[in-house]
Amino acid sequence: MSKNNNTVSLSKMLIGQKGHIRDFFVESDDCERIEEMGVTPGEHVEVVRYAPLGDPIEIKIRGYHLSLRKEEAELIQVEVIP
Amino acid sequence: MPADISSSPHTLIRTVILTGNPNSGKTTLFNAFTKLRQKVGNYPGVTVERKTGTLMLANDRVVNVIDLPGMYSLAVRSPDEQLARNVLMGRTSDTPRPDLVICVVDAGNLERNLYLVSQLQDLGLPMIIALNMMDEVERQGREIDAARLSKVLGMPVVPTVASKNKGIEELKQIIAEGVTVSYQRGWRMAPDLEEEVEHLVRLLVQHENMGPHEAFAEALILLSLGAKLKNEEKKAGPSRWFYKEQLIRQISVIQERLRLKGLRARTAAIEARYDWIKSVVRQCVHDKNKQPREDLTDRIDAVVTHKLWGWVFFFGIMALMFYMIFTIATYPMDWIDAGFTTLSDWVTRTMPAGQLRNLIVDGVIAGVGGVVIFLPQILVLFFFISLLQDTGYMARTAFIMDRVMSKVGLHGKSFIPLLSSFACAIPGIMSARTIESPKDRLVTILVAPLMSCSARLPVYTIMIAVLMPAATGMQKAGIMLAMYVTGIVGACLMAWLFKKTLLRSQKPVFIMELPPYRWPSWHAVVIHMWERSRLFLKRAGTIILALSVILWVLMSYPRHEGLRGSEALKASFAGQMGTALEPVIKPLGYDWRIGIGLVGSFAAREVFVSTMSIVFNLGDEAKENSLREAFQAAHWPDGRPLFTPLVCLSLMVFYVFALQCVSTIAIVWRETNSWQWPLFQFVYMAILAYLASLAVYQLGRMMGFS
Repeated sequence: MSKNNNTVSLSKMLIGQKGHIRDFFVESDDCERIEEMGVTPGEHVEVVRYAPLGDPIEIKIRGYHLSLRKEEAELIQVEVIP
Repeated sequence: MPADISSSPHTLIRTVILTGNPNSGKTTLFNAFTKLRQKVGNYPGVTVERKTGTLMLANDRVVNVIDLPGMYSLAVRSPDEQLARNVLMGRTSDTPRPDLVICVVDAGNLERNLYLVSQLQDLGLPMIIALNMMDEVERQGREIDAARLSKVLGMPVVPTVASKNKGIEELKQIIAEGVTVSYQRGWRMAPDLEEEVEHLVRLLVQHENMGPHEAFAEALILLSLGAKLKNEEKKAGPSRWFYKEQLIRQISVIQERLRLKGLRARTAAIEARYDWIKSVVRQCVHDKNKQPREDLTDRIDAVVTHKLWGWVFFFGIMALMFYMIFTIATYPMDWIDAGFTTLSDWVTRTMPAGQLRNLIVDGVIAGVGGVVIFLPQILVLFFFISLLQDTGYMARTAFIMDRVMSKVGLHGKSFIPLLSSFACAIPGIMSARTIESPKDRLVTILVAPLMSCSARLPVYTIMIAVLMPAATGMQKAGIMLAMYVTGIVGACLMAWLFKKTLLRSQKPVFIMELPPYRWPSWHAVVIHMWERSRLFLKRAGTIILALSVILWVLMSYPRHEGLRGSEALKASFAGQMGTALEPVIKPLGYDWRIGIGLVGSFAAREVFVSTMSIVFNLGDEAKENSLREAFQAAHWPDGRPLFTPLVCLSLMVFYVFALQCVSTIAIVWRETNSWQWPLFQFVYMAILAYLASLAVYQLGRMMGFS
């Protein structure tokens, strides 16, 4: 994996971009909740869309659709597939 | 390490628990099992809905079925999860320990659904999988090898399509014959972490007399609780247990050791489970064709979450719902009205004249009839709400509304309880349980009754009819919509205020599944409507009946010979109360008669209509005038009309804000487990209602309206 220049926070990704979850920027209760929904390191993720008002964000992970706020997406590091 | 469970088919299965993720079709399966033999109540002491039913097997054997709330995880963060764990472990007093757990798994979303399965495995219970929605898997162009999955998981896996009754017989057969399961924990964490867990398991077995499975599940929770353990011990342990002081110290030592080693117990188990799930899925799921059909859900979402069309659709649905209430629902309302009129005519003809006949005709029949008539509207509302829920659009409303909700400090998930409150605040308040943060949940509960519920519909309907008798359905729907919007704005302001002041907290997490769109099961929609309207009718049959009788007494006594009609009413107890209230409510444009209506409806808003029918019909033998005409004919002593457009508006606004519903107060008391909150809620809403109506009436007059 490595090469940091491809790593961004999930909240900065564009619609249609894909990548792999690397890690969480901080460890918190929220992370546990998010991980339990299947957002775990190494997993493939795709940004599907943003809500009409720009927040929250909809992602596709483990074959299903999940929405989370940009605030939470900010915690998640993603290695974007170029 | 205790991770092997074997169960023999010798025990007769008497109690079955249904569990599974939300949107897995669990309720559909429950309905298929129990038909209408269902009971909805509450678990004692807690506020989680308790849904039970009975399943009839071929040989007339009866099996109890318990439907747990849908959940993604068995971690003990929310009351739902805590309760589910306790019910599964047989720790609740009124629910027997299950002989079998059926975990309903959405086959189209296998990976995430298996997470709960892996947690359930920790508990060491006899368990089978209902692999539901197998038809969706096919549409995805994939194939699940159920036999292989069964082997890997060590328990029977029954492919089902609950909505089409497929696989139900197979499940029943397993329940009838008993089941043999033998599974092991398939996942492992880092060796250091495993060692610490093992250590804690030994402690729990030794000091707390736990079984090995229970101890393992408990150890994982304890280690992932981290620093929170200190707070938890004051309550009843993470799940009921009071830990001994010494044990708590030892847990702290273990936690500190893990911290120093840089081991994250809380996420290690999650990641280990998912790694194992990945390998399970790799073995059992195969792509049939490389190119699955274009996903219908994606195409629908492209429209309904679109920047423009999303809103058009959203408001379109809302408008359609209200329009239906005013068109389709009016036909059965007329039939019900005719039915009650016939009934009261028949009683009038057959019974000898006297106070008893008056009680039955003017008190009971008029009172109950005046409420039951609104059943069709309530049915339409519940129809829409369950449709929105079952199709998956409800989650989209939370998705597109979250930004708005977050502006007032709430969660997109608060939107669903608030939307449900449009039908009735009680299910709305009860569904606020899905909100994990206690403060956000409380704010949602506090503002939920500001959403115009169906009990306001009778009041709005009659006031709109008086306000603009000749208006079309669309115009009436417009005014109605304005009332709903007023409530929404009030709720937003109050939520914002509460979040700024007495219920400050961090911004809540918003993680929500957007399930695929599905055809609703009409069966489920009907059951839902039936269940809810039964609750409504029960209320009409008990509280409202009792109140109608009490009110009739208040309005009929003390009796004064020689006084008739409204003179007699003014001299009655109710009249005295209304008169006493008049100085207070006169600035709102109300007289003593409206005062009686307000007094009468302090227990339930819809009683306003029946109270006013009694207020205006009492002594009116002919009964030809409808309530609307009576309102239009009502005057102040000086001849000014009572129900001016401004008074109608002021009165509607009063009903938007005031908490006139004993049932809501009782539910809030239960949900918050204190008298302080429902009392606070009642007072703040009463003040809000008074001030808002005052503003409408006085400002309206200043602007030259009448």
